Amino acid sequence: MQWEIVIGLEVHAQLSTQSKIFSGASTAYGSPPNTQACVIDLALPGVLPVLNKGAVERAIKFGLSVGAKINSPSIFARKNYFYPDLPKGYQISQFELPVVQGGNIQIQADGEEKNIRLTRAHLEEDAGKSLHEDFHGMSGIDLNRAGTPLLEIVSEPDMRSSAEAVVYAKTLHALVRWIGICDGNMQEGSFRCDANVSVRPYGTEKLGTRCEIKNLNSFRFLEKAIDYEARRQIEILEDGGIIRQETRLYDASKDETRTMRTKEDANDYRYFPDPDLLPLEISANWIDQVQSVLPELPQARRDRYMSEFALSAYDASVLTSSRETADYFESTIKQLPAQVKLCANWIMGEINGQLNKEGLEITACPVTPSQLAALLERISDDTISGKAAKAVFESMWNGELEKNVDAIIAAKGLKQISDDSAIEKLVDQVLAANEQQVADYRNGKEKAFNSLVGQIMKATQGKANPAQVNTILKKKLEG
Amino acid sequence: MTLSVSDVKRIADLAYIEINDNEVKETLNQLSGIFDLIETMQAVDTSTVEPMSHAQSVVQRLREDEVTEADQHGLYQSIAPQVEADLYLVPQVIE
Repeated sequence: MQWEIVIGLEVHAQLSTQSKIFSGASTAYGSPPNTQACVIDLALPGVLPVLNKGAVERAIKFGLSVGAKINSPSIFARKNYFYPDLPKGYQISQFELPVVQGGNIQIQADGEEKNIRLTRAHLEEDAGKSLHEDFHGMSGIDLNRAGTPLLEIVSEPDMRSSAEAVVYAKTLHALVRWIGICDGNMQEGSFRCDANVSVRPYGTEKLGTRCEIKNLNSFRFLEKAIDYEARRQIEILEDGGIIRQETRLYDASKDETRTMRTKEDANDYRYFPDPDLLPLEISANWIDQVQSVLPELPQARRDRYMSEFALSAYDASVLTSSRETADYFESTIKQLPAQVKLCANWIMGEINGQLNKEGLEITACPVTPSQLAALLERISDDTISGKAAKAVFESMWNGELEKNVDAIIAAKGLKQISDDSAIEKLVDQVLAANEQQVADYRNGKEKAFNSLVGQIMKATQGKANPAQVNTILKKKLEG
Repeated sequence: MTLSVSDVKRIADLAYIEINDNEVKETLNQLSGIFDLIETMQAVDTSTVEPMSHAQSVVQRLREDEVTEADQHGLYQSIAPQVEADLYLVPQVIE
């Protein structure tokens, strides 16, 4: 039988606020244990949560960027469960009336545009961390993370392969960074995915029983876990079995998922509106304000690069992979508007290549957009060849001669010979010294031409303008 | 709504409350009384009333996103039963 995989994702994006969602404690990552857990985070008796405006604002930003409805009023609820890293015995989350309702994300899957619907995105607080090792049979609790603001972004089950799920997750990851609401650092757990996976016979409508896979903190694990889980479910169904609804954990070291808890022993979270928090009202005025500072979105920029600069869909996607990359590109072409494609190629090629090699973000690129533009200008005005430009680029990257393009070209003697009379003189010399090859060419041996070009380039250490050499040589041989 | 003994045991389990068999019966009676009260209240026609999430008709006040809390973990940990390496220690929990 042919099976169809159905996937929905729940993503927890940690919001980039300075302070926690309900307290004034810092959210900075990596501090010594419990130094950022105040009385509210510890749930000492008598404390009250006060909502962080910055967290709400980031949720609104997200909602507007995916075309969702912003609910007002929006309600906070208690999600009840017991675990030592959750001192209150409940997590403050949202159940009815989340801040963000609906919305859509466009993804590029297999060269085609696909729409993924969002169900909702709600604000909630993160729990602390439990450390299970080395405490003589006890568990250690660090509550620094407790109360960190999260936006849980829930999609509809609109994805049909692990590859699509990864593209969606990457698109979402790029978006939250683009609009500046989450740093997207997956090693530090700022962007975590849970996948709901089910399978059904191809061509049928009814959804199969789903399993939720937790603990997916990289795109690679997301893909592998979904592939494993779909195979597992298909095998069970093909053997005549039934799928139990359960929560499963992905074990990266064994590349498998295993049962964490079944539906029967799942927590009954007993959601109810939190009496400590009043309904959140978001005025139209506030929404307008957020809208007015929202940057041009990746999708819009990608479309604009294709229509305004006639770049390919691929080029436009690469250049808009992050806002910083897109900004770098736009700063570069501002100085060299006639050479958009050349700028695009250099950013996607040399710049990205060097950044990857050294593990740098584009914000830390040692060659600034104006320095790159200055270099590319020397290619476009025929001062240097593309090959020589790469040598100049390397010098600039290494900080030589204060990254001054013209100084480097002069110091390295890379200036291209573009003077017709100088090149003619060189061509004459080479022709005189290679009578045999000249004769060969005239007798129809095309290959002799390339050999002569090679000799001329060698005589000038590669500095002669190749296009001019070709033209002049052809004229002389046929003249 | 009628509650059964097993409902009470399940709720106690979820709430991490230990109750013995005598207490189950008493708790069942008390909870049933609460449900009777709810049933009486549900007789009121509320179809035209907008549900409210809070008893007061005021809205949430927001605070600016600023760090206002200093590190006082030494003070807080002075009342904790057990602390090691700045961590609060609890009986081992592994899911």
